[in-house]
Amino acid sequence: MSKDVFVFVEQRDGAIAKVGIELIGEATRLAAKLNEKVVAVLLGSGIKNKANMCIEYGADKVVVVDAPELAEYLTDPYARAIETVIKKYDPEIFIYGATSIGRDLAPRVSARIHTGLTADCTGLDIQPDPKAEDPSKAQLLLYMTRPAFGGNLMATIICRDYRPQMATVRPGVMQALDKDTSRKGEIEEVKVEFKPEDSRVKIRQILKEEKKSADITEAKVLVSGGRGIGGPQGFGILKDCAKVLGGEISSSRACVDAGWIEKDRQVGQTGKTVRPDLYMACGISGAIQHLAGMEQSNYIVAINKNDTAPIFDVADLGIVGDLKVIVPKLTEAIKKVKASKEVKKD
Amino acid sequence: MDFALSKEHELLQKLYREFAENEVKPLAQEIDEEERFPRETVEKLAKYGLLGIAYPVEYGGQGADYLAYIMCCEEMGKVCATTATIIGAHSTLCVYPIFTFGTEEQKQKYLPDLLSGRKLGAFALTEPGAGSDSSMQQTKAVKEGDHYILNGTKCFITNAGEADVYVVSTMTDKSKGNHGITTFIIDKDTPGFSFGKHEKKMGIRGSATADLIFENAIVPAENVIGTEGQGFKIMMKTLDAGRISMGALALGIGEGAFDITVKYVKERKQFGKHIAAFQNTKFELADIKTKLDAAQLICYKAACEKDAGRPYGLYAAECKYLCAATASDVTRRCLQLFGGYGYMREYDIERMMRDAKITEIYEGTSEVQKIVMSNHLNIR
Amino acid sequence: MKIVVCVKQVPDTTEVKLDPKTNTLIRDGVPSIINPDDKAGIEAALELKEKLNDGSTVTIVSMGPPQADVALREALAMGADEAYLLSDRKFGGSDTYATSTIVAAGVKKIGFDIVITGRQAIDGDTAQVGPQIAEHLGVPQVSYAEDINVEGNKVIVKRKYEDREHILELPIPCLITALSELATPRYMSVKGVMDAYRAKEVKVLTFEDLKDMFNPDYIGLKGSPTNVFKSFPKQAKGKGEFYPDLSADEAVNTIVTKLEEKHII
Repeated sequence: MSKDVFVFVEQRDGAIAKVGIELIGEATRLAAKLNEKVVAVLLGSGIKNKANMCIEYGADKVVVVDAPELAEYLTDPYARAIETVIKKYDPEIFIYGATSIGRDLAPRVSARIHTGLTADCTGLDIQPDPKAEDPSKAQLLLYMTRPAFGGNLMATIICRDYRPQMATVRPGVMQALDKDTSRKGEIEEVKVEFKPEDSRVKIRQILKEEKKSADITEAKVLVSGGRGIGGPQGFGILKDCAKVLGGEISSSRACVDAGWIEKDRQVGQTGKTVRPDLYMACGISGAIQHLAGMEQSNYIVAINKNDTAPIFDVADLGIVGDLKVIVPKLTEAIKKVKASKEVKKD
Repeated sequence: MDFALSKEHELLQKLYREFAENEVKPLAQEIDEEERFPRETVEKLAKYGLLGIAYPVEYGGQGADYLAYIMCCEEMGKVCATTATIIGAHSTLCVYPIFTFGTEEQKQKYLPDLLSGRKLGAFALTEPGAGSDSSMQQTKAVKEGDHYILNGTKCFITNAGEADVYVVSTMTDKSKGNHGITTFIIDKDTPGFSFGKHEKKMGIRGSATADLIFENAIVPAENVIGTEGQGFKIMMKTLDAGRISMGALALGIGEGAFDITVKYVKERKQFGKHIAAFQNTKFELADIKTKLDAAQLICYKAACEKDAGRPYGLYAAECKYLCAATASDVTRRCLQLFGGYGYMREYDIERMMRDAKITEIYEGTSEVQKIVMSNHLNIR
Repeated sequence: MKIVVCVKQVPDTTEVKLDPKTNTLIRDGVPSIINPDDKAGIEAALELKEKLNDGSTVTIVSMGPPQADVALREALAMGADEAYLLSDRKFGGSDTYATSTIVAAGVKKIGFDIVITGRQAIDGDTAQVGPQIAEHLGVPQVSYAEDINVEGNKVIVKRKYEDREHILELPIPCLITALSELATPRYMSVKGVMDAYRAKEVKVLTFEDLKDMFNPDYIGLKGSPTNVFKSFPKQAKGKGEFYPDLSADEAVNTIVTKLEEKHII
C-alpha cells in the first residue's frame, strides 16, 4: 500500500535549495490531510550532515542516498537513486522542485516507473476522487493545479490509477515552515546499486558565470523609468532595484529621446512590447503609446508624483510618491526579505 | 473558380511575412531617415532565394511561379517600400529581359549570379528628355567592330551605383524612332560608365536613385539583348511583367498602412473611448479594406493569367493603376486617423504615405497605364 | 548520422487573449506555429548536418492531427530531409506519458542516432516529453542544451542550469532537449517551400504502423496516467489598488507585501 508524501530535496555544491524547504512545508500540509508522514529525499555526496536540516523544516523522515556518483547532478544516477527509493518505500506522493534539475529528473523517473507527472504546479491539494460513488469512502487524490496556454489558462490535474502521484512545483510558490531545531525525525540511508548505463554521460567541465544582460522582452521583471527619473543617473537606482529582483531596466520613449538610455530598452508603440511578471513603472506618466507596450504585464506597480498620471489606470498597485526616495528604500527592503528567506548554510 | 491560395503559396506567404517582420521592418524607418541603401537586407534576401523567385532552378532560380514572386513584393511592401522596390527593379526589370530575350550564353553568364543575389540588377530607360515617351531617348550606341560605343545619360535609375548589372535601352537608329531602340546588358565596371549624384526623394528614400552616365562607354556586341532595333518590344514586355510586381508593392503599402491603423485605433483614446468605436473610423476602415481587397484581386488575377500563359497586359496595367491609386488614397486616409501623431516621423504611417506616391509615377505613370489599357481595349 | 527532431505544432500563445467580458480564451485567428524550442532544435540539427557534411540526414517527427502537416512542410522547407506525422484518432487525448510512448515508438521505427526535442512546448509548458522519450528509448538524455557538437563518436553538449553550465559528453545514440537559445532558426527558402510540396513527402504513421512498438493500453486518453480534472481561465485582473498619500516607508512596505503575495520575491 502506497503511503507518505515524499519530497526531492535538491542541493547544489552541498547547499540545500530553497525550493526543497518550501516543498517540505507544503508536504506537511498535504500529509496532514492524508494523515501520513513527510519524507525528504536527499541525494548527494557527503550530504548526510544536511539531513537534520530537513527535519528542522518539517520532515518526519529523511532518506539519504550518499554516493560519489551524486556529487554533481546527472540524470542517470539521480534517476536510479530515485527509482530505488520509490521501489523500496512505495510513496503515495512524490514532489520535486520545477527547476532545471527537477524538470529533467522527474519525467525520466515517471517514464521509468510508469506513473503520471504534472509539471510546474502552482497549487496542490488533497480531495476525494471526484468519480467515487460514495465520497466518504473515496480515495484521497492529489489535485495538481498549474498554468497552461502561456499562463492564460489554469488546469487541475489528477492521477487516479498510478503511484506515486508526482508533480514538479514552481519555486517560490509554496510556503516553507519556520525552522524548529527541537523537531525530531528519523534518518535512513539507502544504498543504491548503480548500473553501467548510469555513467554513460560524463561531465567535462563545470562553468559558473555571471549572467549577461538580457533582452527586455524576455525579462521576468522590468524596472522601467520615465521622464520623472530626472536624468541618466536615475537609471542607477532603478538598476539596483532590478538587480535584486533578478530583472532588467527598461524605459519610456522620453528617456530614449533624451539620450539617457539605449533605444533597445524602449517599451511602447514605437519600442518593444513586453509582458513580464512584474512591470514597475517609475516616473512614467503612462501615455497611451507607452501603455500599448506594457499593459499585458502580469503585475504592474506604478510610482509617480502626479496622482492623475494615466499610468495609474493600468497599474495593479499605484503609489503616489517620489521614486527617488521610495525605490532605494524598496531595494534595501527587498534585499532584507530575500536574505530572511535564504536557507542558511549550516 | 477558386480564390484560395495553394498550400505552397500559403507557406511562401508565411516565409515572406516572417522575413519582412524580422529582417525588413526593423530597418524601414532608419534607412528612410538616413537615405541609406540597405545592403545588409539585400544579402539576406539573396540567402533565402528572394532575388530569384520566379525563375527556373537550372539557372539558379527558385522554380516558383509569378504569383509567388509578386506575393513577395506585396509582403515586403507592407513593411518597407524601399526593399520591395529593390526587389522589383532587380527581379523583373533587369532579370526578366535577360531571361526572356537573352541568348543561352548571356543567360549562363548572368543569371546564376543575379538569381542567387551574388549580383544585383538594374534597368534604365528614362532620360531627362524621355520619360513616358521612349522614342525621344538620346542615349546613342554606335557599332564599331565587335563592340558599341555608348554616349548619353539615363536618369532616375533605381539601384544605380548599387547594382552590378544594368539593362540599358539605347538608340542605335534615331530615324526609326521606337524601332531604332536596342537593349544592352552593361556591367558596372564598363570603361566610360559612371554614376551621377544620389537623388534626394520624397519617399522610398533607402532606394538608390541616380543618373547613369555613358561617356564613350565600350560595350561588347555580344551584350545586345535580342537584335538591334528589338529594344522597344523588349522594354514593353518587361514593363508589362513589371507592372504586376509594382502593383503588388503598392498594394502592400496600402495593406501595411491598414494593418497598423487598425492596431492604432484600438489603442488610441479620445473622448473616453477608443477611436475604433467612432463611426467615422469604422466607415473609413471598412471602405479602405474593400478597396484593398479589390486591388488584390486584380493584382493576383494579372499574375495568374501570366502564369497560365494567357495575355495579361491589360490586367497588368489595371493592376498597376488601381493598386497605386489605392495605396495613395488609403495611406492618406489612414494617416488622417492617426491625427497629429500620424504627421510625426516617429510613426510609420507618414513614410507609407510618402512611399505610396511614387507608385503612381514610376514604371509608367497612372496616366500611361490608362493609355496602355485603352490600347488593349482598342479605344483609339 | 541520422538526426531525428521531434516537433509539435502549437497555437501561438502570445496571440491568445482573454475575453474580458466572458473570461474565456479567444482562440479564433490564433496562428499555429512550430513550437519555438523545437524550431531551434531543427536549426541545430541542420547546422550539425552541415558541419558534419558526411551524408548525415535530418528527419522530423511530429505527433498530431492531419493539420500538423503544414508544420512538417515548414521543417522540410527549412532543409530537413524527411518528415513523419504520427497521426491516429487513437492517439488523441494523450498526456505526456502516453505522448512520449507514441513518439518513442515512431522514432524507434524510423531509426535514429541523435534525437533532438525542444525543451518544452509553449501551450503545455511541461518539458516532460523529451526526457520521457529518452527513457522509453533507453538512451541517455541531456536537457536544456545551449550548444551541441559532435566529436568522433561522442556528442558534446553545453547544458544550462539556473546557476551554472555543464559541458557534457554523451555517447551515440542519445537524446537532447533544446533551449531556444541553442540556435536561431533559419527561414524557409523559396526553393525549400517548392521542394517541401513537390520533391519531398510527409509520411503518415498510424496506430496500425506502430502497434507492435508499444503497449496499446499505454496510449491515448485511456492510457494516460494523468487526467485534466478541470480547466479554468486565470482570474481576470481586478481594479488596481491606489494609494495617493503613503509615506515612503509605508509605500515600500505595501509594495514588498504585494510582491511577496505574488511570489515575485
